[in-house]
Amino acid sequence: MDILGLYHYWVFAVLLMTGFYAIVAKPNLIKKLIGLSLFQSAVFLCYITFGKLAGGTAPIVGKGAELFSSPLPQVLILTAIVVSISTTALGLALVLRIKEAYGSIEEDEIQEQDAP
Amino acid sequence: MLAPHLPMLQVVVPLLMAPFVVLLRPRGLAWAAATMASLMAFAIAIVLALSVVGDATLTYRVGGWMAPYGIELRVDAFGALLLLVITGASSMALLGGQRSLERALPPTREPYYFSAWLLALTGFVGIAVSADAFNIFVFMEVSSLASYVLIAGGPDRRALSAVFKYLIMGTVGATFYLVGIGLVYMMTGTLNLADMAGRIEAVADTRPMIVAAGFITVGLALKAAIFPLHIWLPNAYAYAPHVTTAFLAACATKVALYVLLRFDFLILQQHLSGHAFQFAGYLMPLAVLGILVGSGVAMFERDLKRLLAFSSVAQIGYMLLGASLVSVSGLHAAILHMFNHALAKGGLFLAVAAFAAVTSGWRLEQIGGIARTMPWTFAAFVVCGLSLIGVPGTAGFLSKWYLVTAALEHGALGIALVCVILLSSLMAVAYVWRMVESACFAPDFDAETDADSTPNRDFAAFSHLLPTILWIVALANLYFGLANALPLELAKSAARTLLGGLP
Repeated sequence: MDILGLYHYWVFAVLLMTGFYAIVAKPNLIKKLIGLSLFQSAVFLCYITFGKLAGGTAPIVGKGAELFSSPLPQVLILTAIVVSISTTALGLALVLRIKEAYGSIEEDEIQEQDAP
Repeated sequence: MLAPHLPMLQVVVPLLMAPFVVLLRPRGLAWAAATMASLMAFAIAIVLALSVVGDATLTYRVGGWMAPYGIELRVDAFGALLLLVITGASSMALLGGQRSLERALPPTREPYYFSAWLLALTGFVGIAVSADAFNIFVFMEVSSLASYVLIAGGPDRRALSAVFKYLIMGTVGATFYLVGIGLVYMMTGTLNLADMAGRIEAVADTRPMIVAAGFITVGLALKAAIFPLHIWLPNAYAYAPHVTTAFLAACATKVALYVLLRFDFLILQQHLSGHAFQFAGYLMPLAVLGILVGSGVAMFERDLKRLLAFSSVAQIGYMLLGASLVSVSGLHAAILHMFNHALAKGGLFLAVAAFAAVTSGWRLEQIGGIARTMPWTFAAFVVCGLSLIGVPGTAGFLSKWYLVTAALEHGALGIALVCVILLSSLMAVAYVWRMVESACFAPDFDAETDADSTPNRDFAAFSHLLPTILWIVALANLYFGLANALPLELAKSAARTLLGGLP
């Protein structure tokens, strides 16, 4: 199996799992959000890499170029980035309100306060 | 003139109304505008549903671009049934919930709340009409982000931590789905669902397709709160404003389940060898566990809203169980149950909103004696509860009956499944009875506590609209249990479409 030739997929997998680890393992809500952003960015990278053709260029009809990369994944990811930003913004706003309501952004301390 | 544009209008009406509603500052105006938009969407959904009866499919090319290059909207029987559920739940919850929301939200926050409501509605109906895998992702995120706002909008601070959990898990689910459709796109070069189904054959047994099927199924299962990925649901439903819960409980998870069924049946099962078997083998045990655990926890839960939320987990199990039988009759039962459960659970949560108007809380002991204070509202609650159990004559009975019939086609396994359904129905009797018992026979809770914290027990002064709506929903539960014409027809045709290519 060609491991080095597929290095961008390895980057994708490592980033994805790093983000996922932070989401699952970190009790701090901000760190969870950072993990979430990393997790989503990994997917964006994956989309961009499979749209790229070795030696391909931007799909503008002109002199010389014959190989074009697919522009569609980039357009899709532009949309997905907007979604990701909104999610992060909403998440941060929630963390702010949690901090106001509980005085903490550590998951275990919040759960302690809600325990009956 | 407007008729060919209805699939698009279904999305556009609430979407355009959403930013407009933010500007309506005087109290009540924002509510009125949102309700009007929602009722209009409901009317469009009814017209669409009537026009797809008999296996018809409506397609709409956005901007006149031909599929698969342009974006396509497609309404078939399954989508139309879901549109009815979504817009109906939204309209009923808004109509009945005005006063309850006035109490839950500070006046300045009200326009934003209703704007988020319309965006959530836009997202849900967008998923139902969309025929493009990536559009479904975008609409899913629109609806999710808006529902986080709806849940966190209330006065209860526990909603904040619940919604944060929902946000994390919901985003992980949506991102899994995005990875999945990315891999499918990589292999087939298309995002249009119909086109995808045609091209997937050539790459059917490659590893990326198998990974994609896994990512899509797990991601959507997270969104649909399929056991054991349901842990975000009970708290999010329990601490949200009551009216939000009535809306989301009726449609949020069903929309994700709709995408899951469409993807798994139309695209993956018909073209990947052995996928139908994997789908059934993987999801049937989860469905059975979800049914038993959900009902079991509901039996011992003392918080009324958490109790109903855990019952929702069990009901999602029924729908999944029907689907995992991979037969026309099983799917028919599953899809019909989506409709019937929305009727029952929406009504129950609306009733909780009514109870909460006159009590100090919604724990079982706090609703003590509520049947004496508000007998009519309580009667509607009981009707919806009976429908949830599946008592003959109510809507819930029909779908359970079809589910049992479908399960019996499977021999010994089917008999075991019927036992599970029966056991879970008995548990449902138990938890509905606990609610009825404390409402009828327990002493008035608030009478014993100090008078200062006792809220006004005069429900008639609170709202006239809420009991009316509640009775409309309750009567709908009875009507669709006796004369199940339209949903039955749509569910049957949807099941046939989903299994079209399978032997």
